[in-house]
Amino acid sequence: MNLNQLNQKLIAAARHQPPSDRVPYAFEKRIMAHLATCPVPDLLTLWGQALSRAAFSYAAVMLLIGASAFYLTSETPAGNPATGSELSQDLQDTLLAAVDLADQTEPLEPTEQIEEL
Amino acid sequence: MAPSDAERIAAVLKGDAASFEPLITKYSPRVFATARRYARRESEVEDIVQEVWLKSYQKLSSFRGEAPFEHWLMRLAVRTCYDFLRGHQRNRETAFTELTAPETEWLDRFVTAPSSATEDAAGAKLLIDRILEKLSPANRLIITLLEIEDRSVKEIAQITGWSIPLVKVRAFRARAEMRKQLAKITKDKYL
Repeated sequence: MNLNQLNQKLIAAARHQPPSDRVPYAFEKRIMAHLATCPVPDLLTLWGQALSRAAFSYAAVMLLIGASAFYLTSETPAGNPATGSELSQDLQDTLLAAVDLADQTEPLEPTEQIEEL
Repeated sequence: MAPSDAERIAAVLKGDAASFEPLITKYSPRVFATARRYARRESEVEDIVQEVWLKSYQKLSSFRGEAPFEHWLMRLAVRTCYDFLRGHQRNRETAFTELTAPETEWLDRFVTAPSSATEDAAGAKLLIDRILEKLSPANRLIITLLEIEDRSVKEIAQITGWSIPLVKVRAFRARAEMRKQLAKITKDKYL
């Protein structure tokens, strides 16, 4: 059997017999009634809903991180008692790294200018 | 003189919802014909068309009037049909049922004398519908637009939002899948 020919015949059949464009009775009335019952959503409302959803998910992530940090610091191994405090120290160092760096690189007050004044 | 589509759309955007009704009346036949290409049950067809109109009403402000309203609406209709196909993918993945009498008769006629199996026969239509239902949503969309509706690759890219190379790749895959489905049917019956 020639499958290519069969394929062409079937495509031709689909072209030859297009679907009906019949519209059910009073369909437009039905749509209009639907539109009247469900008004167009307000963009601000949608934005607010999206923000509140995001707030909940961020709160959940924050709780998860908080809990994991709490357990990580409290469960210090017996042989290494400093692990918990090291973690918190590392965290603090990382968070304040930018401030420390700024402190180190901050130029000294120009003494010459002070003398001039 | 009746107002133009642009005037009606402007009125709807100003708050006159009643101006939308003539647009529904005017373009529903085309939207129904499109939806019937992708859904078989009449209840599904009506659901699709209803969704198209609700979406078009809600997104009307995004219609810029650069192209005719009909083009914008048909793009929305095709995308809604594609979403419908993707949503009903699981129902499609069922085993092949037996061919119906008209389908078998048409295939028998094609095997014995291909020229005697005419394109206007009911069996041929049932058979192509059966094969299209077995294709993946993307492949079915491509075959329908490219082969049956005879649209260009560029047009399909505009309708679907896919890139031109992607349309070409999908068209190649769709044709291959269609041949595979045809081979499956004929193998079950004639080999």
